[in-house]
Amino acid sequence: MTDLEPVAPAQPVMPAWEYAPAPESKDIVRLEDRYGLFIAGEFVEPKSGRWFPTIDPSNETVLAEVAEAGEEDVDVAVTAARSAYVTAWRDLPGSERAKYLYRIARALQERAREFAVLESMNGGKPIKESRDVDLPLAAAHFFYYAGWADKLEYAFPAMKPTPLGVAGQVIPWNFPLLMAAWKLAPALAAGNTTVLKPAETTPLTALLLGEVIQQAELPPGVVNILTGAGATGASLVGHPDVDKVAFTGSTEVGKQIRRAVAGTSKHLTLELGGKAANIVFEDAPIDQAVEGVVNGIFFNQGHVCCAGSRLLVQEPVFEELLEKLKVRLGTLRVGDPLDKNTDVGAINSRAQLEKIGELVASGVEEGAVMYQPPCELPERGFWFAPTLFTGVSQSHRIAREEIFGPVLSILTFRTPEEAVEKANNTPYGLSAGIWTEKGSRILWMAERMRAGVVWANTFNRFDPASPFGGYKESGFGREGGRHGLEPYVRLEPVS
Amino acid sequence: MSPDQRLPVRRTAKLSIGGQFPRSESGRTYEVVSADGRFLAHAARASRKDLRDAVVAARGALAGWAARTAYNRGQILYRVAEIMEGRRAQLEDELRDSGAADPADEVSRAIDRWVWYAGWADKIAQVAGGANPVAGPYFNFTLPEPTGVVGIIAPAEPSLLGLVSRIGPVIVSGNVAVAVASESSPLPGVSLAEALATSDVPGGVINVLTGSPRELVPWLAAHMDVNAIDLTGCPDDLIPEAERAAADNVKRVHRAGPAEQHLSEITAFVEFKTVWHPMGA
Repeated sequence: MTDLEPVAPAQPVMPAWEYAPAPESKDIVRLEDRYGLFIAGEFVEPKSGRWFPTIDPSNETVLAEVAEAGEEDVDVAVTAARSAYVTAWRDLPGSERAKYLYRIARALQERAREFAVLESMNGGKPIKESRDVDLPLAAAHFFYYAGWADKLEYAFPAMKPTPLGVAGQVIPWNFPLLMAAWKLAPALAAGNTTVLKPAETTPLTALLLGEVIQQAELPPGVVNILTGAGATGASLVGHPDVDKVAFTGSTEVGKQIRRAVAGTSKHLTLELGGKAANIVFEDAPIDQAVEGVVNGIFFNQGHVCCAGSRLLVQEPVFEELLEKLKVRLGTLRVGDPLDKNTDVGAINSRAQLEKIGELVASGVEEGAVMYQPPCELPERGFWFAPTLFTGVSQSHRIAREEIFGPVLSILTFRTPEEAVEKANNTPYGLSAGIWTEKGSRILWMAERMRAGVVWANTFNRFDPASPFGGYKESGFGREGGRHGLEPYVRLEPVS
Repeated sequence: MSPDQRLPVRRTAKLSIGGQFPRSESGRTYEVVSADGRFLAHAARASRKDLRDAVVAARGALAGWAARTAYNRGQILYRVAEIMEGRRAQLEDELRDSGAADPADEVSRAIDRWVWYAGWADKIAQVAGGANPVAGPYFNFTLPEPTGVVGIIAPAEPSLLGLVSRIGPVIVSGNVAVAVASESSPLPGVSLAEALATSDVPGGVINVLTGSPRELVPWLAAHMDVNAIDLTGCPDDLIPEAERAAADNVKRVHRAGPAEQHLSEITAFVEFKTVWHPMGA
């Protein structure tokens, strides 16, 4: 111990290191000027004759034009899917279907960087999220369900599963490729063919997936991809030859779809909105909780149906947590989605930006106290600074309505019972978060949350083996795991 | 006085709401006649208000029922079978009056169905839930939980077995039920409700209404505090409107399933909850 050097005097205050720009290159993406509809294995011109531009929301530049599928196009695609179902897919041995899905999974892994860059360009999400979350999970989803394709008879006790037929699948813009994977993988594994409609603002990775499907040599028509807006989705949902409708999106549209298919023999699953409570108890590991709260609401700009948009803090730790949250918000880097250091990217569209702005204004107007860290936002594109509200009451719109943006409403509670009451005081029921070191309290709380996914001492974790879906007005049906197969099969009792 | 001189005491056929046996608040009744045209009873014709009262009673009973151990729920359902076995003469008489093909067989099957579903109570979670092998250091499991308040339109016939077949799978997982019994043959349903009241099923867990499904379906489907509806006995022409109304609070809608008695009838009325927790030393 004698040869120890004397301790060096402490350095002066650490210099504030700035992050140099670390942009991911766009060179890996080759964009066409125009993308047709992917029907029966080919990209074709729309019979509607209509096209619309798709942009990069971080700078509003047009990336490409895509076709807007009209009613006639929907009909052609559904017919292609029906034909492929009858002639190629339904009767293919599950072990063969599996290998097609494995091919897709592998191709997504091989082209992961290209997909990730394109996802960030078209959707505005930070490259580190599309690279580390969306792409690995999308590939894993195909890989997981590939394995089910030849094991379906093991999935449902005392039931014989058969495919439903043609699935019409309508997906949102927040995880464009990942939602496509969530929809396609179980449908195809179970022997259905599909017509997929990506969201209006984020069509490009779905169309690139069409290219992967060509490379995987899936029989033409097994997967068809129709770009368009709400009207295209409505035509697809309403098409009489669609056997199964799967929708992920807002509760409002979900209810419309529910009404549209009422009285028909169509099977339906809905994954809708949320207003999740993220509940922090006084004994929680506060620093971890801060990270979890930040991840819960600022992940993907808060464009997450299961976002932890209501923070419930036990009173004794409210001040401490709030201070730490404010400090942490100050370190979030908002900006270029393709910069590898970016934490919060661009808002997906102008319409969404306006919606967020309107709800935030209502929060201020109704008397909640807003905090935003000093934050320089780019001039072009759609941006919203990370935002906190304190002084929020349960009746405020920002505590009741899904904002779908980087806006956190903070409420407090005293007892676990009060936390349960407040957490469940919403028509939604998609997810919940619980932060406490007490194991028995975790299980007690988890049991009482009327929500389909409960994250304890973590948040926003996803896995293909883990069933995901809502209680109450957050929808019905599960995606992921064995449970995620059930929406895509007809079950007859084994006699 | 010889037995055949004695005038039997007739039963007033009432609703069963929250463990009580009220008449319809509307004061309405309808005449129940036997298959051969004899007057049998005046059954209560439940109103919209009765339906709403039943939903309130059911909602009030939900937390307690769902919180019971699965073992306890299984015991209580089995107890229902015990009580029914003791009342089979009455049930058979009522089924015979209603023109049932084989009253003794129907009662036997109804009792056996309670026993079958009772045995599921503490097995559903193991068969329908489980641990999920996620790709990360997390413990992750999925469990079925009751959906909540379930409205049931029981089939017109078989009036007893049909009602039992709908209620059993709903309540075994911890749901509570507001059931509308067969309109043309309501008396077995009324007797079932009386059997339930003398078993250990807490008041409000199973509420049995008599009346017109045609009248009650739209209100049940539109009720914002009903979480799921079972339309097995719903007239076909009412289904589209019921499903449209069900959209208002995203109700789960169950139409007649492929199986009369199956685990799938239970899982039609559960929600799957997935819980994550990190693993670490």
